[in-house]
Amino acid sequence: MTINGKAYIAGAFEHPTRNAVDKSLAQLHAECAKGALEDAGLTKDDVDGYFCAGDAPGLGPLSLADYMGLKLRHMDSTETGGSSYLLHVAHAAEAIALGKCKVALITLAGRPKAEGMATGTAPRNYGADAPDVAFEFPYSPVITNIYGMCAQRHMYEFGTTSEQLAWIKVAASHHAQHNPNAVLQNVVTVEDVVNSPMIADPLHRLDCCVISDGGGALVVVAPEIAKTLNRPMVKVKGAGEAPKHQMGGRVDLTYSGAAWSGPAAFEEAGVKPSDIKYASIYDSFTITVLMQIEDLGFCAKGEGGKFVADGNLISGTGKLPFNTDGGGLCNNHPANRGGMTKVIEAVRQLRGEAHPAVQVSNCDLAVAHGTGGQLGTRHGSATLILERE
Amino acid sequence: MKAEKRILAAPFIAPETEEYWNSTRDGKLMIRYCKSCDAYHHYPRTICPRCGSDDTEYRESTGTGVIYTYSVMRRAPVPYAIAYVTLDGTDISMMTNIVDCDLDSLSIGQKVKLDFADSEGDGPPVPVFTPV
Repeated sequence: MTINGKAYIAGAFEHPTRNAVDKSLAQLHAECAKGALEDAGLTKDDVDGYFCAGDAPGLGPLSLADYMGLKLRHMDSTETGGSSYLLHVAHAAEAIALGKCKVALITLAGRPKAEGMATGTAPRNYGADAPDVAFEFPYSPVITNIYGMCAQRHMYEFGTTSEQLAWIKVAASHHAQHNPNAVLQNVVTVEDVVNSPMIADPLHRLDCCVISDGGGALVVVAPEIAKTLNRPMVKVKGAGEAPKHQMGGRVDLTYSGAAWSGPAAFEEAGVKPSDIKYASIYDSFTITVLMQIEDLGFCAKGEGGKFVADGNLISGTGKLPFNTDGGGLCNNHPANRGGMTKVIEAVRQLRGEAHPAVQVSNCDLAVAHGTGGQLGTRHGSATLILERE
Repeated sequence: MKAEKRILAAPFIAPETEEYWNSTRDGKLMIRYCKSCDAYHHYPRTICPRCGSDDTEYRESTGTGVIYTYSVMRRAPVPYAIAYVTLDGTDISMMTNIVDCDLDSLSIGQKVKLDFADSEGDGPPVPVFTPV
């Protein structure tokens, strides 16, 4: 059994706010839901399946079904951090294929900016019951130094340079200049990145994503419903998911779970990395992109630095146009979770609705890939292959 | 830049890992070993994450190893080095801090030895490493 062709993304919406001091968390979820349903040409009364993750307030799907007034026959609160929403699309397709629901709504929202959260530099305690916490938290792991350790090892093993990593931010900034909602809209150079303050060796401030409020939503529907809607048909063609962790202490930071979720997704879709016209790649940091591009098979392991250099990720000139909304590196990283916006920009590209300056011509096949948690400790990888029909 | 001394957050001590933290008070780093599959793992579990056996016990680490990777956290009130250290005689790497060192001259592959950092309140000593 496969999900290939069993479901379509009919609605997508990215909240325009980046600083939501005047909005509640539930309100942001509901505004995103309303936006995505209107985009699809549906209403909340059409929704019979609902998906949300750890960013949802209270009892997750219960609290938000209550707030939004949803009557449901299927719900799912799979939580893998920032990659949750890619898994939700795949799980929605599975549920639709099994007849458990026909119109699945997925929402994400958060307001770390409004709350003044030091997302990348303050230690996060996942609670005493998390079995790893006693053996990690005393050492002050923060998001940036955990990814810094990945980058340091990649440089050691493969000779990757800070300048090569910087090209990833440069490419994102070339795209973000066309996005009026992006947090960072100025084009930056390799020199700007490597001369920005060092946060956690070898990652500079401009190697990091932005901290922003907002959210997004998706509507995944059964084929017979997609055909009745006046929207381009974006098919869920393949999906893969995998956790990667420390493997009992056999730590290997040279690859990510994309090495498992990617091949699974490509196999289900029946396509190859070289067939892909556009890629949304999770970009919490520049190193995140580099490792995932290798693991998804766009280049050989260790060749990522050379692959991304010289603007190869810039739409219109590069071989692999990526994150044409500016991504988490420049546009938006709502709730400190970038998976939702990865799917949304892939949908825009497949519909031909990306900004004209970054729209990939004849974009009929895209990948969206997410990493939740942290690459350097434990993370959930999720890969989606989407096709314009 | 010389690493300044830091008091680390006290670990939460669960019944399952009490012995590990009792040992650090005796100046020892204990690593969990599975007699069934003849392999170490870390952090310590009752049930081996490699083979699933519950025939596991603590064995004392040699206290030496090499830096697998590290990152110096510059944007902190007191800059510090986080690392994974691969323990000699095992194939496992543990998250730790590198202390009492020049933060600007650390390197992957560098030999390090066991040390202990104080933790807050009545917390136990926390195993860290310092260059040999």
